[in-house]
Amino acid sequence: MATFVVRRLIASIFIFLAATYLMYILVSLSGDPLEDLRTSTAPNKLQLIEARTMLLHLDVPPYLRYFIWLGGIFGFTGKGFFDLGVTVQNQPVNILLAQAAGSTLQLVTIASLVAIVLGLVVGITTALRQYSGYDYGVTFLSFLFFSLPIFWVAVLLKQYIAIGFNDFLAHPQIVWWLVPLLAVIAGLIWMSIIPGKGLRRLATFGIAAAATAAVLIYMDMSNWFSYPHIGIVGIIITLVGAAFGVTAISTGLRNRKALYASLVVAGVGAALWYPFIYYTTGLPFWGWVGSLVALVGVALGIGWFMGGDDRRPVARTAALVGLVAGAVLSLDRFMQVWDDYAQSGRVKGRPIATIGSGTPGLEGSLWVHGIDLFTHLLLPTIALILISFATYTRYSRASLLEVMNQDYIRTARAKGLTERTVVVRHAFRNALIPIATIVAFDIGGIIGGAVITERVFGWTGMGALFQNGLDHVDPNPVMAFFLVTGSLAILFNLIADLVYAGLDPRIRVS
Amino acid sequence: MSNLSSPVDPKGGVTDHENSIELKDIAGLSQGQIVRKRFFRHRGALVSMVVLAFIIVLAFTSVGVAFGDWKSGGWWQFTWNIAGDIENNGRPTLSLFPFAIGNHPFGQDQVGRDIFAVVMRGTQQSLMIMVIVGSIATMIGTVVGAISGYYRGWTDSVLMRLTDVVITIPVIVIGAVLGRRFGFAGAPVLAIILGLVLWTGLARLVRGEFLSLREREFVDAARVAGARDRRIIFRHILPNAVGVIIVNSTLLMAAAILIETGLSFLGYGVQAPDTSLGKIISENQAAFATRPWLFWWPGVFIISIALCINFIGDGLRDAFDPRQRRMPTDRALTRATFVSEKSA
Repeated sequence: MATFVVRRLIASIFIFLAATYLMYILVSLSGDPLEDLRTSTAPNKLQLIEARTMLLHLDVPPYLRYFIWLGGIFGFTGKGFFDLGVTVQNQPVNILLAQAAGSTLQLVTIASLVAIVLGLVVGITTALRQYSGYDYGVTFLSFLFFSLPIFWVAVLLKQYIAIGFNDFLAHPQIVWWLVPLLAVIAGLIWMSIIPGKGLRRLATFGIAAAATAAVLIYMDMSNWFSYPHIGIVGIIITLVGAAFGVTAISTGLRNRKALYASLVVAGVGAALWYPFIYYTTGLPFWGWVGSLVALVGVALGIGWFMGGDDRRPVARTAALVGLVAGAVLSLDRFMQVWDDYAQSGRVKGRPIATIGSGTPGLEGSLWVHGIDLFTHLLLPTIALILISFATYTRYSRASLLEVMNQDYIRTARAKGLTERTVVVRHAFRNALIPIATIVAFDIGGIIGGAVITERVFGWTGMGALFQNGLDHVDPNPVMAFFLVTGSLAILFNLIADLVYAGLDPRIRVS
Repeated sequence: MSNLSSPVDPKGGVTDHENSIELKDIAGLSQGQIVRKRFFRHRGALVSMVVLAFIIVLAFTSVGVAFGDWKSGGWWQFTWNIAGDIENNGRPTLSLFPFAIGNHPFGQDQVGRDIFAVVMRGTQQSLMIMVIVGSIATMIGTVVGAISGYYRGWTDSVLMRLTDVVITIPVIVIGAVLGRRFGFAGAPVLAIILGLVLWTGLARLVRGEFLSLREREFVDAARVAGARDRRIIFRHILPNAVGVIIVNSTLLMAAAILIETGLSFLGYGVQAPDTSLGKIISENQAAFATRPWLFWWPGVFIISIALCINFIGDGLRDAFDPRQRRMPTDRALTRATFVSEKSA
């Protein structure tokens, strides 16, 4: 195994070097780096040309200039290791890259995570409900998303999600006809997801529609959009629901120990609601993460002690419920500063941002900054998700369908196992193998695709670094961009190979 | 098991009744006929074919085609590069109730150009780019994959490492760099360049297909009969891999149209005075609040084309893949059950 990894790593490094060489040459030859100076009317034109030639070593032909750049990376230029050179404007690329990489990686990581989770869940449910209305609907939607130009979606999102929603927030009154419309839509969606025939489908429709209408009317009456909250009642309902739901999927409701442990964790979460608000007021970021970890740890402990003979699955279930509890409590905490954030002098009542990666000069606690990050990430994340979501849904659906037709699934059913055990234990785990590799392959591509997204939403991330460099025929910033995206792509390809070998015992690495 | 009237597996598993339907469906048909039959059963793909054909005919007949200075006229009264008087504030005159097309069904832009004509011209360019990219990438990908999979050894290593090098660079990035250099030379050149970049995925797939096909008996038989390598590759193995190639080159075309629009949006794609759907959108995105039709119509055409091609690709995949079965209808299944019970 170790030799396999080392050999793959060495091969990857050589391929990456070749790719950087190709890229450097292509960028250098993509235009004339002195074009703006040649046409300028400045009296010291010749000196300027001379200065830029010296600065960027333009007197050296590109196929040799690459090695000057490579020498900088290995520290031969005397400026230490990993020196990426300077831009046309004589700014050090290292500093620019450090500024740019953070926001891009943040965007891409969050978007990929959400897309993977959503895509998996939707793909698997469509595979389980193959040839239902839900399946056909999702299939059509994923083809549609797959065919959308991202910048086109982005402009629509800006107009309708950001500007439209901000207008709505200024006078948050739901139009009367929207309530029955949304209720009917929600009812139809639930009806197509939940199996059943005749009366049962009608009942599903009725319950879903009524619940949606009730929630909407409550939100409207209680001025929810101006002062969003979950509240202790909402938290209790969510956590008890989560306890039942997680147990049903993870161990099955027949495992009473797991159910009771989850309910206890849900109770602990609800009891923590009030203390959590005060405890977290001045909390730094790591303090928050620490509290979440502690909460999950406590839940794990509860599961362990209540587990009896079969501790592992019970503890796992309880920990998952603990995670949900932490998420719900934090969400409620974020919502409590929403009004302060939306009405603050910097935001001026238009919270959903269309441009940039953060409100400049915003002051406030961890929670205010969290909301600020959320409002700025919302649109670009939706845009990125729409596209990769389609791929993941299709792949996970196909993968699970393939597995569900295998003989061992038939055997599992014939043994009399419950449908939950068959799907979660036997099918889902095997379906994950191809999905894991595809996800890893995709990550590099998503970063490349983020160039367009960043441009539309005015993020000054690595996409801007790339574009500015390319516009000035300046290889250094472009190469900095490519170093990050390319090495991530290679890293994830390697991970894909390892994951494949690790998950599937049939694959021998030699 | 065939004489058991076993209950039909509700999860869509393969039962003997389904098998008998499948077998009866394809009895006495050639491979091509089976594929065609399966493809026409995919309703989405069929509708997409019709819509795509309609778009192609509309785009090429309405405003005519132009190559350099040579131009053929179309039946539409305006052309894409001549500005007219602005009527009705440039608003679209197309309306459904009552149905009317009017002078400028898609509206006009700031200088009075007819948006229908502009969008039709953009559609022509985008379609042309799609076809050129698709054919070049398919050709290179097939040849590289075939040679590498057939000869294996060091040929394979060299070709696959080359593929790895190209695949490491994100398509949009290498497309932007090359588009910056060659974009001004016109849409066909840009399309050729994109085709030279997009072949890598197909090459890998074809290689995998060849690696398994070359071990089959019919290849040995051909070799024993004295066929040369070129004949074995192109006459014997390639026809067996044609399903993978056709499906993926279709999907590649859908990707190409989106990449071209993305590049044009970034400013590295098609350059003025030439136009494409992506370029129309990027030129007009700031005007969305005041003239949304400048933005809606090209977008609708991009999405329709990409959606149609994706659906056709899906239909082709269903048609070529023998493992892909559609669940038979309840009626067909009861009939098959009935027949097999009677015969048993």
